[in-house]
Amino acid sequence: MTDIFFPALAMGAIGLFLGILLAFASKIFAVEKDERAEAITEVLPGANCGSCGYAGCSAYAAAISSKGAKINACSPGGQQVADAIAEIMGVQAEAVEEKCAVVLCHGETETATDKYIYEGIEDCSLEATLQGGGHKACAYGCLGFGSCAAVCQNNAIKIENGIAVVDYDKCGGCGECEQACPKKLIKIVKKSTKYIVKCSSCDKGADMKAKCSVGCIGCKICEKNCPVQAITVENNHAVIDYDKCIGCGICAEKCPKKIIIELHPEEKKVEKTAKKS
Amino acid sequence: MPALIGLALTSIFVQNFVLVKFLGICPFLGVSKKLDTAIGMGMAVTFVMTLASIMTWLCQKFILVPLNIEYMQTIAFIVIIAALVQFVEMFLQKSIPSLYSSLGIYLPLITTNCAVLGVALLNVNSASVISSEGSYTLIETIVNGFSAGIGFMIAIVLFAGVRERLESSDIPKALQGMPIALISASLLAMAFLGFAGMSF
Repeated sequence: MTDIFFPALAMGAIGLFLGILLAFASKIFAVEKDERAEAITEVLPGANCGSCGYAGCSAYAAAISSKGAKINACSPGGQQVADAIAEIMGVQAEAVEEKCAVVLCHGETETATDKYIYEGIEDCSLEATLQGGGHKACAYGCLGFGSCAAVCQNNAIKIENGIAVVDYDKCGGCGECEQACPKKLIKIVKKSTKYIVKCSSCDKGADMKAKCSVGCIGCKICEKNCPVQAITVENNHAVIDYDKCIGCGICAEKCPKKIIIELHPEEKKVEKTAKKS
Repeated sequence: MPALIGLALTSIFVQNFVLVKFLGICPFLGVSKKLDTAIGMGMAVTFVMTLASIMTWLCQKFILVPLNIEYMQTIAFIVIIAALVQFVEMFLQKSIPSLYSSLGIYLPLITTNCAVLGVALLNVNSASVISSEGSYTLIETIVNGFSAGIGFMIAIVLFAGVRERLESSDIPKALQGMPIALISASLLAMAFLGFAGMSF
C-alpha cells in the first residue's frame, strides 16, 4: 500500500506547490490589459502590414488607446474600420485618405525590347541581381515575374503583357509590394491622385527611344506646360508632385509618348457621358 | 574547467540535440521558415533549457532521490518544466515586456518540447565528467543545459538559412514544401555526423 501511496503523495505535493506558486505569481505579475486596445485590435484587419506606421495591428491599437494616435491611419481597413475605432474610443471619425499602389512602368512585351531571353527561376528579385538587371533592355523596367503579386494579400496585382498591373479597387495601399519590387517601380499614392507618369527610367532620351517605345525621354514638354509647376524632369524622367498637382490633364495631352496616364480613366468617361446626356 | 568546455562542445556539436540525437524535431521543422523567427525560437529554447536543467536537477537531488522515487522523474520533470515556462512567461510579461513580445509565441510552444525534457533526463542520468562517481553536478548540469540550447539554436538557424534559399530555388513540384525540407534536414544531419567520434 505504501508503495503506491507515498509516491502519489509526493507527486501531489509537488503539483500542489507549483500550482500555488503559479497562482501567487499570476497575482504578483498581473499585467493590466487595456480593454479598448483589445477591442480595437479586434476591428483592425489583422494583416499586420505596417502601412499605419506601427509594427503591427496590435501595436497600432495600443498607440491609439494609450498615446492618442490618429484613428484614420489604417489604409487597408478604410472608412469602415475608422468608424468602428471611433465608436470604441468615443470620438468623431475623421475621413480616411485611401491609398493605393501604382506601377511606374508601362513597358509591355510589345513596346519594350528585350536584351536576351531569360530562362531561369521566375522571380523578380533574383533576376534583378543579374548583370544588367534582367532581360529587359531598359534596366529600370518591370520584369513581370510578379514578386509584387506574390506578396499581395488582396490579389490586387496581375501580370498583363509582361508588366504588373494594379487593380485600384482591390488595392488597400498596404505597401507590401512596394517593399517587394527590386526595381522600386511601385509607389503608394493617394487614391484620389489624378495622373501618374508610368516610367521610371534614368536613361537619356536617345538611349530610351531605342529600348522602349513608351519610355519617358525627358523632353520637358510637360514641365513647360504645367500651370502649377507640379511636374518636373528628374534623372531623365518626369516626376509629379502629387500635392501640387491639380489634375488638369494638360501634361497627359501634351506628352509625346503618352506615358502620363490617368489613374481612374473610367470615372471621367462616365462623367463625360453624363454631361452629354 | 577544460572538462566543462569539453562537455559544452560535445553537447553543441558531437551530440547535437536536433541533428544527432533527433530530439525537438517538431519546432525544428515548424519554426524554421524564416531566419529571425528561428533565432527567436533558438534563444527561447536556450533560456528555458538552462532554467529547466537547474530546476529538474534540484528536484531530482532533493525530492526524488531522498524519497527513493526516481522512477517518477518523467512525470515530475514534465510538471516542473510546464510550471516553469508558465512562471517565466508571467515574469517576462510584467518585467521585460520587450523580451516577452519577441519570445511571446514561442515560450508556450516549448512547454512540451521533447528536447527540454530530454536534456533534463540526460542531466540526471549521465555519469559526471568532473568527479569520478555519480551523475552530473549542478555546474555540469547548467553547462550542459545551456550548450544543448546553443546546439539547438545553431541547428535551427542553419536550417532556416537553408530553407530561405530553398524558397527561391527551382524544386520539382512533387518535392516542394515539406519533402524538400526533410531531405535538406537529413543532409544537414549527415554533415553533423562529421563530428561523430570526436572527444574533447
